[in-house]
Amino acid sequence: MSLLDISTLAAMFPAISAAQASPEVIDRIPSSYSDFVIPFVAGMVFFLCWVSIGCVRIFMKIGPSDQAKFWKSLVNPVTAAKNVKDLFCDCLFHVKIWKRKPLLGYMHSAIAFGWFMLIVLGHIEVALFLPKHLSPRAGGLFYPIFYRYFVWINPGHETLRGSFFFFLMDFFLLYVLTGIALAVFKRFRSIVLGMKNTTRPSTPDRIALYSLWLIFPLRLLAESFTADLSGGSFLTLGMNHLLHLVFGDSLYFQPFWWAYSICLGVFFAAMPFTRYMHILTEVLWILFRNAGLKPSHPRKGVSEAEIYACSSCGLCLDACPMNVQRKNLRFSSVYFIRFLRRHNERKINAIADKCLMCGKCLALCPVSVDAPALRRAQRRTVNNLLPYDYSYLARTSAPAAAPFLGSAAPATASASGPVEAPSAEKVMYFAGCMSHLTPRIIKAVEGLFKASGTDYVFADRDGGICCGRPLLLAGKTDAAAEVIEANKKMIEEAGCGTLVLSCPICYKVFSEEYSLKGVRVLHYTQYVKELVGSGRLRLRNGGAKYVYHDPCELGRGMGVYSEPREVLGLVSDLVPAGHERKESLCCGGSLGSLTLNSRDRDKITEAAVSDLTVNSPEAIVTACPLCLATFSRKSPVKVRDFSEAVLDNLSA
Amino acid sequence: MVDFGFGIVPSSRINLDLFDRAKFEALATLEPDVRKCMACGSCTAVCTAGTFKATSLRAAIEEIQNGREKKALEMISGCQLCGKCFMTCPRGINTRHLILSIVKIYGEEK
Ligand code: SF4
Ligand code: SF4
Ligand code: SF4
Ligand code: SF4
Ligand code: SF4
Repeated sequence: MSLLDISTLAAMFPAISAAQASPEVIDRIPSSYSDFVIPFVAGMVFFLCWVSIGCVRIFMKIGPSDQAKFWKSLVNPVTAAKNVKDLFCDCLFHVKIWKRKPLLGYMHSAIAFGWFMLIVLGHIEVALFLPKHLSPRAGGLFYPIFYRYFVWINPGHETLRGSFFFFLMDFFLLYVLTGIALAVFKRFRSIVLGMKNTTRPSTPDRIALYSLWLIFPLRLLAESFTADLSGGSFLTLGMNHLLHLVFGDSLYFQPFWWAYSICLGVFFAAMPFTRYMHILTEVLWILFRNAGLKPSHPRKGVSEAEIYACSSCGLCLDACPMNVQRKNLRFSSVYFIRFLRRHNERKINAIADKCLMCGKCLALCPVSVDAPALRRAQRRTVNNLLPYDYSYLARTSAPAAAPFLGSAAPATASASGPVEAPSAEKVMYFAGCMSHLTPRIIKAVEGLFKASGTDYVFADRDGGICCGRPLLLAGKTDAAAEVIEANKKMIEEAGCGTLVLSCPICYKVFSEEYSLKGVRVLHYTQYVKELVGSGRLRLRNGGAKYVYHDPCELGRGMGVYSEPREVLGLVSDLVPAGHERKESLCCGGSLGSLTLNSRDRDKITEAAVSDLTVNSPEAIVTACPLCLATFSRKSPVKVRDFSEAVLDNLSA
Repeated sequence: MVDFGFGIVPSSRINLDLFDRAKFEALATLEPDVRKCMACGSCTAVCTAGTFKATSLRAAIEEIQNGREKKALEMISGCQLCGKCFMTCPRGINTRHLILSIVKIYGEEK
């Protein structure tokens, strides 16, 4: 019977050569090779070469210690488990997007996971069912992709196992197709998927995009045209019946396989120059990230993997506070990364300098591309070279510390000069530059210290030096190191076991850059929480309706969300803001931005204020001197500091 | 030396011909806010670095216009970019970027 079949088939399709009958179920083999695979194979080979060279390049740029760290992390069971989890959750299921925008998450995971399954199942099919005389070596590259063209089954010989795979393949193809349909829809009506702004694709992006859109419909057509010969399931066989109804008995399927292969070839050849490169680079970046590697250069080594891991999904567009004005869209992280890839220095610098460093794009990025850190690295390449003169630090760091050691005389304080070992009991309060500009905070914080009977010294009562974070944000790392060194010396000499800061900017840098041994670094919201917990501060509910603003450096920067809320919940009725916690909006006053002018900042402040006042609170409460000053200028309701709100509600 | 109760002050004559217009235009392109300063001195009053070393953005801007670039650089070389001047400037001048830009245009790389 097979002979007969083959001869009729051979009459129908000239490309089919006679094949030996295989003893297995599958014995109608048209050919082991066909010309149509050439575009795909060419594209794929180019792509694989590019990727291997890229990987080698990246590894060569990474220092030996980082390389060792990387290899070690791969065998470490904890990081390995995290790697596997992250690879599945981030690359395939896009859990982070699901959580925020379910429809968008479905779209991304349909394309990623669906396609992944098609590839995996294709390889399993080849491994299980490939007839003996088709050597995987001859077509290992393309058999899994074009399986249905090369392996046909005898009617009636379909095994349960086989039809199971046919079903899965059709199922995942349908899954991907729904994702593609959503993607096409999103291009024209993105708001339906929850995105106000989408990225402007570049020309190579467009080429890859359109070929990606075509790949799966063409695969469906190709497999449907072949389904009566190769086998299929509900989708392809169903389509096949329809096609027979329309086109009659003989279906000429060759053109569709050609078209399918060409689209794949174009896609893979274009991929290195497009955002779709993220599909592979994301894997590398996740491994780097989990190994704890940090970029040291804005676009070489680790950061090369990082910038190519960006999928241009555009989620950072709507996230960015600058984009309350559409003209600022071009300063978003996605474009920063695009220009980093293109080595466009002028544009890179312009974008790097504009950002407020609020960290929201990082918090929402599905692959955790730390664009703010890359921007700081970029700023470093320019600003770290600028001259400065801090020789006064050496001359004055002693006097800077002296005033509080000798003369600190708050009611309950008993500063008696330096002690040997830092004692946890003894608290040092460092107000920082910004709190000195908003003396009401200092007053209230001191009020709280006194009310709780805290034994404290005020490090910079008569004005100290800056904490160094503004310098770091501007990329002046060498200068920052000098400032940090001077402050560190002062703190260590004082011998206090607890350091309390009233500015989140200070809090972040003291926690992350100072490595103070034996000193607990606390933001005052955390310290007050402790005081309340231990009963040293007793609060009453004043019944006011407050809304709490999460300062960026405290919330996204340091992950302190709950302490201020818990305390404020005790003294007032806390109403929610429009955006809270991770999603909170920057006040616009941030020191992160170098070039944003006051008019643009005002727009951001206005947007943040109106978002905070959606539930008509009596006052906005924040825990950052900069936010306090910024909001005070624009808010229609009162703006209060956390410490003031607490101090007003002490119970006798 | 005999103390006469007074000393000789170095000349405060300004040679406005030394003012480099091209450089100033370059600065104004980088940070247009430089033209907005009204020399109120708020930035100087709050300056963090000013506690330790004569630091003044107001003076720096003035010295540039007076053609004394070295002096201008000297007035901001101790700046810690803390941003207090930015928060107080009544004209909303982007002071930190102005300071960086002055150093970029008039300073030499170290
Ligand atoms: S940086 Fe992150 S959020 Fe922004 S486009 Fe890239 S992947 Fe998306
Ligand atoms: S850090 Fe904030 S301001 Fe900067 S790009 Fe990201 S979202 Fe925008
Ligand atoms: S000023 Fe406040 S809200 Fe604005 S960036 Fe800083 S911490 Fe964030
Ligand atoms: S940013 Fe510089 S000039 Fe301005 S107040 Fe701070 S130290 Fe002084
Ligand atoms: S505060 Fe502003 S306007 Fe006043 S002198 Fe300084 S820079 Fe000029």
